[in-house]
Amino acid sequence: MLKGYISPYNATVVQKLLDGGAVLLGKTNLDEFAMGSGSTDGVFGPVRNPWSYSRQYKEKIVPRSDSEPENSNWVITGGSSGGSAAAVSAFTCFAALGSDTGGSTRNPAAHCGVVGLKPTYGLISRHGLIPLVNSMDVPGILTRCVDDAAVVLGSLAGHDPKDSTTVQDIFQPFALPSLTDVSKLSIGIPKEYHAPGLSSEILAVWSKAADLFKNAGAKVVEVSLPHTHYSIVCYHVLCTAEVASNMARFDGLEYGHRSDMNKSTESMYAATRREGFSDVVRGRILSGNYFLLKQNYEDYFVKAQKVRRLIANDFVKVFGSGVDILLTPTTLSDAVPYVEFIKEDNRTRSTQDDILTQAANMAGLPAVNVPTALSGRGLPIGLQFIGRSFQEKQLLTVAKWFEKQEMKYLLCIQILQISGYTHHQKDEFQTSSGERC
Amino acid sequence: MAAARPLRHRSDALPARVDDVTNRFRWRAMRALGLCRWLLGGTVRALGPGAATASSAPSPQDGVTVEVLDHLERLALVDFRDAEGVERLREAVRFAERLREVNTEGVEPMDSVLEDRCLYLREDDVTEGSCTAELLKNAREKVEEYFVAPPGNIPLPELEERDTFLKEKLPH
Repeated sequence: MLKGYISPYNATVVQKLLDGGAVLLGKTNLDEFAMGSGSTDGVFGPVRNPWSYSRQYKEKIVPRSDSEPENSNWVITGGSSGGSAAAVSAFTCFAALGSDTGGSTRNPAAHCGVVGLKPTYGLISRHGLIPLVNSMDVPGILTRCVDDAAVVLGSLAGHDPKDSTTVQDIFQPFALPSLTDVSKLSIGIPKEYHAPGLSSEILAVWSKAADLFKNAGAKVVEVSLPHTHYSIVCYHVLCTAEVASNMARFDGLEYGHRSDMNKSTESMYAATRREGFSDVVRGRILSGNYFLLKQNYEDYFVKAQKVRRLIANDFVKVFGSGVDILLTPTTLSDAVPYVEFIKEDNRTRSTQDDILTQAANMAGLPAVNVPTALSGRGLPIGLQFIGRSFQEKQLLTVAKWFEKQEMKYLLCIQILQISGYTHHQKDEFQTSSGERC
Repeated sequence: MAAARPLRHRSDALPARVDDVTNRFRWRAMRALGLCRWLLGGTVRALGPGAATASSAPSPQDGVTVEVLDHLERLALVDFRDAEGVERLREAVRFAERLREVNTEGVEPMDSVLEDRCLYLREDDVTEGSCTAELLKNAREKVEEYFVAPPGNIPLPELEERDTFLKEKLPH
């Protein structure tokens, strides 16, 4: 739909980076309109996870058959900001921007072994971010370590007069203190996040992380977020409804692809949208319109909004009971091979993959993925920390402490990754542009 | 406030032989139940084809008829393309049905997570503009300073005349 489109203005986050002296290398690939959890549905093709070419992954995969070409076992990056995560993971750039509506920054961050930060809703301006779900979108930050994420956050956060959903509180950029004493911290482990389908490896890593905090003196408690099971359904309804509204602006008249049909305005719009949108986007628009029909409005849309309040209240209750940070897994498993991933359709995959990341978007809370370990297949696994609203400093401080405990491990991983990568041809990677910033 | 919706009577909701005493009683009970619901201001859903009694919830798939699909195509100005598209919608509706399991009695809907903050208004001053040339650059068809649209006020053709997959689903 936006092929050949050149934006006449910079997004606020992009302008802030430019004003801060950043060198923007380019745009990265993603799922079309950020709808998806694999970065496989973009117009430019699927994004390949750089870890697919690391030595430890190649050594561990079992070739399916002799007749299969050697490079068909590559894994997905996760999505929808997969290109950005791949770019950071492959040491192509210092940091990258993504968007996070249902986990679209944290999911690829976990699969690519990088830090993915979703800030509090209202902290960073959305002016220039193509809206998917206005009440849940935030620009996401992808970096290789937590300190870098804090640096980028420092230059992006703050009130923007061009985005009325940014809060007016003054934001002070911060440097992260090096935490040495975690005994005053209370870490919550929500039991509902032990979702069906969670791989045993991730469960083990999660338990190990909880033990790490306990052994260091922090108070680790099991908490309950009873409506977690419904957050994905609620998201499904609210997302499609808001998408139906937001995608209405793409009619070909002022920008973007325009069909040659000229009989009437409506038929031109219909033809343009038929030609310009992929199946995934069209499916969501139609579902959204269905949920917004007069006869369905109360039963679906308003009901979903009520469930949203219940989910947000769950978090308020837990944080109100003295818990500082929640520790959860980010994904159900490590990255799957592309050929496996495409066996299910986009909506099913999104439903499965967003289950652990989605609730933070519902409640507008900040969350960060910290790469933690490697799976048995040599692919990264990450854990997610969820913090209180606008308490990014506390969240990132704890994340930094945790990262330091894993630091030695991470450094080895990244060295192994580079050595695997340099032997591979560079043109295997997708780094061409998609509209994002 | 839930708007009271009229009970729709459809001849196919009536039992075949109304002179049968038991059926007549059942039919009257259905009407009474429906009437009670309506009077209490509850949401009465349209009786879809195949709905047996007013007390059992109609299947969500009853809402996905050809008329509704056509209506959606018109509203969204996006087509279903093929049977897979329709199936996708059905799946989406089936999935959304799980929301019914949650008890939301007395819960207010949440529009935004920033609802406890004031939405502010900025001063009504012109701070930017005069970028006509820039904005027109992206439009494919324009004349001087205008975007050119095909003639308006012509509604989308009816289902029979449209080139859409749904035509095959029309009853012949």
